[in-house]
Amino acid sequence: MELAWLGLLFPLLGALLNGLLGRSVLSKRAVSGIGPGAVGLAFGVAVWVWLDLLKRPPEERSVTLKLFDWIAVGGLDAPVSLLIDPLSVVMMLVVTGVGFLIHVYSVGYMGHDPDYPRYFAWLNLFTFSMLLLVMADNFLLLFVGWELVGLCSYLLIGFWFTRPSAAAAAKKAFITTRVGDFGFMVGLLLIFATFGTFSYGPIFEQAPQVLSPGLATAITLLLFAGAVGKSAQIPLHVWLPDAMEGPTPVSALIHAATMVTAGVYLVARAHVLYELAPVSMAVVAAVGVVTAFFAATIALVNPDIKRVLAYSTISQLGYMFLAAGVGAYAAGLFHLTSHAFMKALLFLAAGSVMHALGGEETDMRRMGGLNRHLPTTWKVFLIGALAMSGVPPLVGFFSKELILEEAFVLGHAGFWLLGLITAGLTAFYMLRAHFLTFHGAPRYDAKSVHPHESPPVMLWPLRALAALTVVGGALWLSIVDFAPFERFLEPVFRAEPAMEARPALALGKGALIALSLGAAAAGIGLAWLLYIKGWRPAAGLRRLGRPLYALLDNKYYVDELYYALFVAPGRALAELLSGPVDRGLLDGLVNGVGRLVDRVGGALRRVESGYIRAYLDWVLVGTLIVLVLLYVYAWGWSWGWGGGGR
Amino acid sequence: MTEYVAILIYLGLALVVAATLLAVNAVLGPPPRPSRDKIMPYESGIPPLMSARRRFHVRYHVIAMIFLVFDLEIAFIYPWAVVYRELGWLGFWEMMVFLGILVIGLLYAWKRGALRWE
Amino acid sequence: MSVALEFALTAEDLWAMAPLLVVTGFALFVLILDLFLRPEPERKGPLVWASLVGVGAALVANAVAPAPSGTWVQGMLRVDLVSKFLNTVFLLGAGLAVLLSAGYVERQGIARGEYYCLLLFSTVGAMLMGMSADLVLLFLGLETLSIPLYILATFFKRRPASQEAGLKYFLLGAFSSALFLYGIALVYGATGTTQLAEVGARLPEALGRAPGLVYAGLGLLIVGLGFKAAAVPFHTWAPDVYEGAPTSVTAFMAVAAKAAAFAAFLRVLLGAGTGTGAVPSASASAWLSELATAWAPLIALLAVLTMVLGNVVAVVQLNLKRLLAYSSIAHAGYLLIALVAMGAGTPATAADATAALLFYLLVYTLMTLGAFGAVVVAEGEGRSENPSLSDLAGLGARHPWLAGMLALFLVSLAGLPPTAGFFAKFYVFKAAIESGPLGLALAIVGVLTSVISVYYYLRVAYYAVVARPAADADADASAERPFYASGTVWVGLGVAALLVLALGLYPTWVVESLVQGLSAATAAWALP
Repeated sequence: MELAWLGLLFPLLGALLNGLLGRSVLSKRAVSGIGPGAVGLAFGVAVWVWLDLLKRPPEERSVTLKLFDWIAVGGLDAPVSLLIDPLSVVMMLVVTGVGFLIHVYSVGYMGHDPDYPRYFAWLNLFTFSMLLLVMADNFLLLFVGWELVGLCSYLLIGFWFTRPSAAAAAKKAFITTRVGDFGFMVGLLLIFATFGTFSYGPIFEQAPQVLSPGLATAITLLLFAGAVGKSAQIPLHVWLPDAMEGPTPVSALIHAATMVTAGVYLVARAHVLYELAPVSMAVVAAVGVVTAFFAATIALVNPDIKRVLAYSTISQLGYMFLAAGVGAYAAGLFHLTSHAFMKALLFLAAGSVMHALGGEETDMRRMGGLNRHLPTTWKVFLIGALAMSGVPPLVGFFSKELILEEAFVLGHAGFWLLGLITAGLTAFYMLRAHFLTFHGAPRYDAKSVHPHESPPVMLWPLRALAALTVVGGALWLSIVDFAPFERFLEPVFRAEPAMEARPALALGKGALIALSLGAAAAGIGLAWLLYIKGWRPAAGLRRLGRPLYALLDNKYYVDELYYALFVAPGRALAELLSGPVDRGLLDGLVNGVGRLVDRVGGALRRVESGYIRAYLDWVLVGTLIVLVLLYVYAWGWSWGWGGGGR
Repeated sequence: MTEYVAILIYLGLALVVAATLLAVNAVLGPPPRPSRDKIMPYESGIPPLMSARRRFHVRYHVIAMIFLVFDLEIAFIYPWAVVYRELGWLGFWEMMVFLGILVIGLLYAWKRGALRWE
Repeated sequence: MSVALEFALTAEDLWAMAPLLVVTGFALFVLILDLFLRPEPERKGPLVWASLVGVGAALVANAVAPAPSGTWVQGMLRVDLVSKFLNTVFLLGAGLAVLLSAGYVERQGIARGEYYCLLLFSTVGAMLMGMSADLVLLFLGLETLSIPLYILATFFKRRPASQEAGLKYFLLGAFSSALFLYGIALVYGATGTTQLAEVGARLPEALGRAPGLVYAGLGLLIVGLGFKAAAVPFHTWAPDVYEGAPTSVTAFMAVAAKAAAFAAFLRVLLGAGTGTGAVPSASASAWLSELATAWAPLIALLAVLTMVLGNVVAVVQLNLKRLLAYSSIAHAGYLLIALVAMGAGTPATAADATAALLFYLLVYTLMTLGAFGAVVVAEGEGRSENPSLSDLAGLGARHPWLAGMLALFLVSLAGLPPTAGFFAKFYVFKAAIESGPLGLALAIVGVLTSVISVYYYLRVAYYAVVARPAADADADASAERPFYASGTVWVGLGVAALLVLALGLYPTWVVESLVQGLSAATAAWALP
């Protein structure tokens, strides 16, 4: 337990080794060993910490490890210390476990990239940062990790920085999340101003006494602003689809499985504060469910396989926020975990498809009929798609069902209904993606492209994730009232109201499950009809649907809206400022100041005449000034050269 | 203040003696008749070869500096010798250290050729 | 007229002197060793090793010598936390300077035994100043520090600029030494003693009887030390001397002379009483309370002048060494802030301020030596004999690690995180703000001038890391211009860079232990 920091150390060492020596000293084989190896070791540490935690009685499953004092000045006390509790251990397991598989996959996927060492350096650095984020024992350290993962995300989205679109996407991601981070930062300052510390322990302990409802709402909403940015919720979701410009394993690890869930983690971690602010809870749930629905509708029509998955991620993150917002944190965390398996699987499978088609193709309109060439990829993608659709007994069914159930039971019927519809949409778009990619007639250029299955180093992580997707449901068999996962998290979320509410709902459970299954079946069936059977709706219906389609195809014109609202006025303002204001007014001012400094500097430089006698004059003048000042001081106090005599 | 009175008296006496001697010389001696030989700079009785206002070879300076160092050393050793008994062994070793450092200096000067005339 | 000679040298006295004796011994050893080496520059390697071993041995002696805190050798030498820390700083500076010098002096044909010997003697002087409990010893230390530096500044015997530097430094230094000595005489006249603790004890009486003498003495002491610290308006010598002297000497001068001057400030202004140097003994607190109201505003004025002038003039410098000279002037200003914070605050904040000052000295030593290391690397013959900013162009392409380290030092000098320079400034400003309104005002000026400094430091970093040599008429000449990165320079810069990073990531380790040590010692006297 005391050595949990090793989990941080290994990825950091990996990043340093690959980053500093990867290009010059280490062979490619060594880089391939160090990158995944470091994360594998970290996973080992995580497992070991987890087992250690399990050995303890539930009340004692929260351990603070103080590593060293980072800053300890006056009132500011920011130790570098780690918090090991069930919540952080779950996150550690997800980050390192899924991360390890994705690292291994990358060995094959990125094998031909000339910047191979840099890739692994960033990826390891990301793992380190994400672990720092989830293992931190105070908000300041969490924020450090938060910013670091943002940086890694930026670097990895723009990994192929010579492509203008990748560079632009990286910039967009960075700037968009920055908007949310601003709120986060203000929230942190508020916390510090209120509690005088950043550490979780004292804050959560004192919160019920110290926080007024207004203050609690302000703080939690500000923190949520950060979460919205990081987890790509409305209205800051625009960066995530563009982030697909990065290498596909990056999309899988950072933009699906781990980093984007940091927002959910933040809300879960600070749930003590959220429970003091019902308004914030409602906002979190509402933003979550609306995002879930809204992103799902966009995914219905998008032709790009990675973007469909990206919108799906946004949508599923919305589910997680819905769970957190209604107070079902454990359910949210469970969905986070299962989503990490499913979405990593789907992304990696998509990467395998792209690999098969030459590496760059993401447009599903130029795929089709790949099931013959990619039997393994086809199978695992299908498993992922079905899991995402909520088909039992795959893990997605349990986690999504649980969220909907909790939302319903806790009295949020509206949210539940929207979630249910979204579940149906999810099933549709997932299967649509699957059918478009793997079934039907080949639409790629068969003359130049010869699809081939990926190498084993890429397939084995896929199989492992598929296996997790299949058996992951065992983590949470709440249907048979056996919930190790939830019970494991219980020490963290003890105050959860859902716990008391549970016994009363046994009755409705069957109906709720039936409805969910119905929604999933409807979605799957519709996709099958449209994309396998080739059914065309009546012309009138199609004409009616066309504006809607255009709306969805253009992602509700949010990008355009933002362009019109922020970018265009910003640019106009910039034009104005750079033109008349800057060149005319400010340039004059700045140049004036600059010229002033320059001229003053030049004038003062003339002090350096080079003549010793001039220098001596300065020393003399200075001496006189010193003496005169001291005498002026002494004047009014007591004056005399030798009043007492000797 | 009383301990300084002796010095004052000493100073006064010195002035008086010097002034008296000069005065006696002026009163009793013949009137001054300056000649070329008489106004020559006194150089230990040897007639000067040329004007002293010329550049000297640098080795004179080196010798002068070395002389200065050892001259000052003597200035330290005299008072030390006076209270040698009171200082005891500590004083002895102190002086040995001091001299040792000076010897190192001499060794350095020697080896660098400061003592070589040609 | 029998004189009672109670002259005894105890074992503790010897232990207290141990670091000084070790360095002195090695300086003499180096001097002799050189006599038996062949005169070719490349044969001078053993001198470097002997010097490094000497510095290392002195560091060990300083750390482990069993001399308890107190005043030793007839009330001359103080041993306490401050002196031990300062000795460490000086020795670290000396060691790094030796490393920077090793390849450089060989290349420039000035590799002589005297060089390292004088460097070590100068270090002894600095250490004496940090340990002195008596004004006379302080003066002795000042001269022991300065005279070797005068000689070292002229070590380029054939370069007029170097001759000029040495002569200017010597004349102005002698002048300021005279002022300092006069100050000592006046203080002695007012109090009848030169022992700092005694001076403090007799001050209330002396202030009542002859305040004029006390203030004149204090003023002259400040002037003398201000000269060594290159505080405006006593800085005029610094740019010329820094530019003309051999770069390795300049580097050492910039850190050793400045750190020693502040060590002396610490001893003089705050008394070297039985406390820790931060604050004097109970009886001497008048030195602090009565006089501090007089000198704190004065030092504050000097600090403002120094920060503003140093930073503003540095902006227009194109010559590397001159730029760094003004940078070092500017840093004297920040160090003066810490002094003001000591004088203007309460005993509790004084301990914080002292810790901040000491930490700043350590960090300043590391980063300044590091930055000068870059000049050492870039300095060649002929046109690049006196490198300007643009002569660094191409360093990043040729030696990316070296350029990176240089950038680190510059970022640290500018006071940006995550380097030690940030925390050095941070602690000083914090101590200043805690000390009262005067300190707050100084901290504001300090922050503003730091902003100016970012400009010129980053400009150097730009040239070093990003810029390519200009493709001008003599493109061939500039493209082929070599950089001289010898192994010892690598070691020296590497050590400094690691320390700058480590202290930037984890400053508390040093600062906390300093604060605790100092507060423990002050608690004893702080009670009324």
